[in-house]
Amino acid sequence: MQYSEKVYDHFNNPRNVGSLDKGSERVGTGIVGAPACGDVLKLQIEVGDDGKIVDAKFKTFGCGSAIAASSLATEWLKGRTVEQANELKNTDIANELSLPPVKVHCSVLAEDAVKAAIDDWKKKQ
Amino acid sequence: MKLPIYMDNNATTPVDPRVLEAMMPYFTEHFGNAASRSHSFGWKASDAVEAARGQVAELIGASPREIVFTSGATESDNLAIKGVAEMYAERGNHIITCQTEHKAVLDTCRYLEQHGFDITWLAPDADGRVSAQQVDQAITDKTILVTVMAANNETGATHPIADIGKAVRARDVIFHTDATQAIGKVPIDVQADEIDLLSLSAHKIYGPKGAGALFVRRRDPHVRLAIQMHGGGHERKMRSGTLNVPGIVGLGKACQLAKAEMAKDSARLGQMRDQLEQGIFDGLDFVKRNGSTEHRLPNTANLSFAFVEGEAVMLKVRHFLAVSSGSACTSASLEPSFVLKAMRVPDDLAQTSLRFSLGRFNTPGDIDFVVEKLIAAVKELRDMSPLYEMAMDNENVDKDKWQTWDSGYASYFPADQGGHE
Repeated sequence: MQYSEKVYDHFNNPRNVGSLDKGSERVGTGIVGAPACGDVLKLQIEVGDDGKIVDAKFKTFGCGSAIAASSLATEWLKGRTVEQANELKNTDIANELSLPPVKVHCSVLAEDAVKAAIDDWKKKQ
Repeated sequence: MKLPIYMDNNATTPVDPRVLEAMMPYFTEHFGNAASRSHSFGWKASDAVEAARGQVAELIGASPREIVFTSGATESDNLAIKGVAEMYAERGNHIITCQTEHKAVLDTCRYLEQHGFDITWLAPDADGRVSAQQVDQAITDKTILVTVMAANNETGATHPIADIGKAVRARDVIFHTDATQAIGKVPIDVQADEIDLLSLSAHKIYGPKGAGALFVRRRDPHVRLAIQMHGGGHERKMRSGTLNVPGIVGLGKACQLAKAEMAKDSARLGQMRDQLEQGIFDGLDFVKRNGSTEHRLPNTANLSFAFVEGEAVMLKVRHFLAVSSGSACTSASLEPSFVLKAMRVPDDLAQTSLRFSLGRFNTPGDIDFVVEKLIAAVKELRDMSPLYEMAMDNENVDKDKWQTWDSGYASYFPADQGGHE
């Protein structure tokens, strides 16, 4: 697949790959997708006392688009409040990366992962 | 070393310089229409076509009069299957094929199914093969055609064609085989293997795209086909249309070279393929072969690299290596490989599969280089993979039993939530 420059940038230099301590009360973990579908995203946020996301990490099993979408998502999350993060739309990601139509579902998964991470964090508060 | 290194020869091959050289005069110098019987331009073209016909026939043990030139194996498959179906419809309406055939065969059978034909889609075993016994058991008194490929394009698995041919002949049914991937790599003899129809293509054997042939048996039995391409009556009326003379000359030359060099090429390819696999298994855990290891083409390796998705691996090595994958992300339909699925390879493994298909122009140096880059890429992607993380955290995962390993992350994805089964 011929991707945009931005997808290649995120794929070649993914931001924020790694894991946070999922046991911590400050951390929310979202895991979405299914191995059988070829797409699994694990996205984690660490939220400070002021409600701002101080750190975000991801790991992805998926194609170039999926990796780029999750990398971009973690980049955007850092410094934003949880409320702002909840408003992140898959179309924001798809447009920024100029994803072809057949790859738009990767951005949907990224949005789902963010929401799942936020939900997980909220449950702990 | 020219990068990226091409290891996708089952998709297509570069034209051998000797083939190109043979073709060139027929574009601008001997450019005549082979059907122009009244002048030397036509005679020259016609002579070249007949010489090529002989070369194709010789590769498969046929007589030149049994070779029909087409635009490629897809057209040959269509001609063979529809040709038999329509011609022998009064005798019966049952056709037997295999679930792992090329789409050119499957889609043609599907079309016939919608037009009153009854199709049996044989399931392969876990190695990707069907047996002669399976075929024999499926034959009824309504069966008019069995079509089973000689070798599979994705896994390289070879079917027992001689056994199948024998079984089908004993039941007085016509046997077609799509031999596109097999010719030039393993010997095929239409007499010894009791084959009645055979499809082949130039661009898989270092010939040009757009040229292929169909072998149509003339004796014992004399196979008749309903015409699919009507027109000026070319190719004994079996396929009208001005002959692609340069393409046909290329096909002929490619077949001649294949016959001459097959034994040597195949030995060399088998060695390199084994070297590739060994290098990968030595450097990585959790790699699984898909398809028969005993009965397969010498040039093909289909491997699943657990925890990393196929397209991502290919993207990571895109400057170094060209291969293909059975993952959903690389298919137009967003479904993982139907061939692997028919072999009961679980979807999550199909998503991680890569197909390496070596060719005449690969060298052992290529192999070492590719192995090194591939191992590094897979390791990098595994470090980014949540599935790898889950498997490593799971004490139940057995690293030593890598051929039958359990994914180690199944507990995270209960099947009822659309997860891994």
